Amino acid sequence: MSLHTLTVCQLRVKIHRGEVSAREATQSLLDRIATVDGKVKAYNWLNAADALAQADAAKKDGALAGIPIAIKDVINVDGQPCTCASKILKGYVSPYDATVIRKLREAGAILVGRTNMDEFAMGSSTENSSWGTTRNPWDLERIPGGSSGGSAAAVAADEAFAALGSDTGGSIRQPAALCGCVGLKPTYGRVSRYGLVAFASSLDQIGPFTKDVRDAALLLGVIAGHDPMDSTSVPRPVPDYVAALERGVKGLRIGLPKEYFIPGMDREVEAAVRAAIGKLESLGAEVVEISLPHTDYAVAVYYLVATAEASANLARFDGVRYGARVKGEDVIDTYGKTRGSGFGPEVKRRIILGTYALSAGYYDAYYLRAQKVRTLIRQDFEKAFAKCDVIVTPTTPEVAFKVGEKSDDPLKMYLSDIFTISVNLAGICGVSIPCGFARKLPIGLQIIGKVFDEETILRLACAYEQVTDWHKQRPKL
Amino acid sequence: MPENKGQFDVAYVAHLARLQLTDAEMAQFSTQLQNILAYVTKLNELDVSNVEPTAHAVPLTNVLRKDEARPSIERERVLANAPESARDLFIMPKIVE
Repeated sequence: MSLHTLTVCQLRVKIHRGEVSAREATQSLLDRIATVDGKVKAYNWLNAADALAQADAAKKDGALAGIPIAIKDVINVDGQPCTCASKILKGYVSPYDATVIRKLREAGAILVGRTNMDEFAMGSSTENSSWGTTRNPWDLERIPGGSSGGSAAAVAADEAFAALGSDTGGSIRQPAALCGCVGLKPTYGRVSRYGLVAFASSLDQIGPFTKDVRDAALLLGVIAGHDPMDSTSVPRPVPDYVAALERGVKGLRIGLPKEYFIPGMDREVEAAVRAAIGKLESLGAEVVEISLPHTDYAVAVYYLVATAEASANLARFDGVRYGARVKGEDVIDTYGKTRGSGFGPEVKRRIILGTYALSAGYYDAYYLRAQKVRTLIRQDFEKAFAKCDVIVTPTTPEVAFKVGEKSDDPLKMYLSDIFTISVNLAGICGVSIPCGFARKLPIGLQIIGKVFDEETILRLACAYEQVTDWHKQRPKL
Repeated sequence: MPENKGQFDVAYVAHLARLQLTDAEMAQFSTQLQNILAYVTKLNELDVSNVEPTAHAVPLTNVLRKDEARPSIERERVLANAPESARDLFIMPKIVE
């Protein structure tokens, strides 16, 4: 058996027993990447010599001792580039580790390379990357989802044992669904964002991509926890997520929101999700009908709140402290030229939309109103969770679409996130797991949990995984 | 929320955001953003007069830490990313005549 096909938990057993060295594991992965990444294009930076040197120096104990992990190109790793897939950051080398990276290193992990993404995490297809589009390993004509498309594709194609991504409106769960792997967005405040390049600060959260639920629980346990360097991280103990998987699902109440089964969604997707719900019932879970009445407003709220925050966060890219500078006649001209040539179209669109939503005369009408509707969406979940322990939905209304299919229509692209955005607005947690195929393309099941209740969503996901083998399917490359 | 009957002034907003756009971008964004703004007017359907805004989903206020000196990133490594630097400083175009 080739090492690159193993899960993190399988590999760590082999490393722990001394059957496999960190170098062998890393080399096997590098070989796999060399074989298939020309097609998939999941990575935008890789340094084999550096990865092997890390492997040789890796500690022998620790939860991830000797395990190579891929990192989305938006999280700072000391000594590696961090471009956010943007021209404006070409040449930038991180002078420090993000907190999640420090924690991975302390656990013995190897930071193997940088995965592709939509520029500054803005997009749902990884087409908005200055490095080119990552391909879906199940069909190279199709997108892998986004914005963390490189991380999802790398895990699905066995080019990574696991990866980190970031999720602002679905950027972990949506590509995980479309590529057929597990993607977890933790509760807002669960994982430190120190060292994550900010997109929308009230929504962003870092989380893992893995081949199965057990690995997701293991990685979350490593990266979670309070960090004085991120004042939005919550001082709250980190439970043993792996141990929580064993508790079974008998009596667990699953809420089905009627607003997430909409006309126009892919029939095969709906059928697969309904079959998965039946499976969960057969395991002893109880299904209850719930309503999240403001679901239909989530995309509109998101594209005002997220763009407003982005317009402020991306003001730092002015060609002064880092990145390429295009000289103009004076300082204002220099800013305008630098930003005008450094940012791609989607980033510009969102900066303009966000600037407009915050500008004099429009703030109350757009930004403030959106924040108020955000409260209604949050309250929808609070009311729903009085009746159920978890909420189960499709992760996306359809399977992976073709490259170029939606790139001319931003609104159509935005609507591909309708089932994931509310979770970020409410600040709760969600995981996407594989639950079937439609026309040979993966389908994702989304399990949504209460704030800081990652244990319950992972436990339900694990129970489902134990009686199905969708997560074991691999694309032929 | 305004009805967006008027023209969305991309040039003005782009200037506020310090983004120089080409004429082609200007034309394309104008139409696209007009469509997006038309879509978000659906928020007008809701009565939010008695609703408090949510800025952050997890309410944390006044997070303080001790004011202690601690090591920071080395100056040379920070300046290494600058497009232009000299004598431990970032070099900028002149602002004051």
